[in-house]
Amino acid sequence: MAIFEDELKALREKVLKLGSMVETAIRDSVKALVDRDSELAKEVIKRDHLINALDVGIDEECVRLIALRQPMARDLRFITTTMKITTDLERMGDLAVNIAERAIELNEEPQLKGFVNIPKMAEISQSMVRDALDAFVAGCSRLPYEVIKRDDEVDELTIRNFEELMSFMVRDPKIIPLAVKRTYIAKYLERIADHATNIAEMIIYMCKGKMIRHMEISGE
Amino acid sequence: MEVQIVVGTVEIEVRDLDFYYAGAIHALKKINLAVYKNAVTALIGPSGCGKTTLLRCFNRLHDLYPKNRYEGEILFKDENILSNGTDLIDLRSRVGMVFQKPTPFPMSIFDNIAYGLKLKGIKKRSDLSEKVERALRHAAVWDETKDKLNSSAYDLSGGQQQRLVIARALAVNPEVLLFDEPTSALDPISAAKIEELAETLKKEVTIIIVTHNLQQAARISDFTAFMYLGELVEFGDTDSIFVNPQNKLTEEYITGRFG
Repeated sequence: MAIFEDELKALREKVLKLGSMVETAIRDSVKALVDRDSELAKEVIKRDHLINALDVGIDEECVRLIALRQPMARDLRFITTTMKITTDLERMGDLAVNIAERAIELNEEPQLKGFVNIPKMAEISQSMVRDALDAFVAGCSRLPYEVIKRDDEVDELTIRNFEELMSFMVRDPKIIPLAVKRTYIAKYLERIADHATNIAEMIIYMCKGKMIRHMEISGE
Repeated sequence: MEVQIVVGTVEIEVRDLDFYYAGAIHALKKINLAVYKNAVTALIGPSGCGKTTLLRCFNRLHDLYPKNRYEGEILFKDENILSNGTDLIDLRSRVGMVFQKPTPFPMSIFDNIAYGLKLKGIKKRSDLSEKVERALRHAAVWDETKDKLNSSAYDLSGGQQQRLVIARALAVNPEVLLFDEPTSALDPISAAKIEELAETLKKEVTIIIVTHNLQQAARISDFTAFMYLGELVEFGDTDSIFVNPQNKLTEEYITGRFG
């Protein structure tokens, strides 16, 4: 039993490692955009294979534990949750790469205007990822519910960002190629927040054994 | 106790059951449990928790030893089988039992099955033959025995003997079958056959199984009752018990953290 406990602990640590790599990728990709630092953007793209490898490694470890330990109850929910949330984390890594790619393209062009919404969105999305992972470690708390609520803020900023860029594009169609790329970036961040929401939902499952995905969250 | 609401027909209802072994060991404490018809109910829990004691109440096997004492009720078809008036021979043909180690009688395969039938007054050879075949087929052991019905039951392998014993129980048309760790003395393939058999048989009989093999309980049972220190701690449908038990003790037991 003690060995199994150690294996579960090691698995949890790997998920946290993956989480911190993804957080860094998101932060750096947005920093590369805002600071017009294409070298940093290239770093993000270059580092993505590490995220992918860790994702695969965690999945393999989960399958091994299911086969050899036949986990039950909370152990089973922990392992199945791990398998699902690492997929979400890996997808977030890919989205950070997308942001980095758009950053490199935009950095080639003159600056359209300063960034207002995107850094805000990035900040919220990152905090969602961080809190979702804290909840994963801490176990049952209100934290995952808070994460789910914050998704609405990101959605709202996505719309606001789009409307602002739209009015720019109407006034000056020449900027359309640049503005469209900016709307893409907002969309990527919005997707990142969605993945963080998925993680929070799975953590609620892990704690309570209840699937709340595709349901409206009420008070609890 | 944690109880979930389940839907089904109740075959046996245990009400406030206490059981004392001679010498006043209080082995079962206020057990309340519904056993659902045409379903497999698994009794799980660490050694000494009372699961086998409970199982043996359903056919009053404890009556074989003097001074064992029941309190409370076990309702089977609206009748309290713990009452003094219960015909135990009749009860035990309606509630069959299969033990951990196969218990064939020291006689031929045919006679093992025919034994209970003869007790019930069936004498005609053709009737016996037909019923013996049906029981052996039912217990999925016909193909292996049909050519040697007159050989000793001891010539069969452990797994075959266990299925023979199940056939013997089935021959007298029981309504309930009690399995007391029926596969713990068997190799994995024989065990798998018994498990498969339990899943097929539940269409006709209600099954209660005591098992230490949690994977087995998870695989074959519809309902699971977790017992500890003579008490029923949690009862619910097997999926819920193994994925999301409500009681901390249940959780600790099935995740292997104690017991």
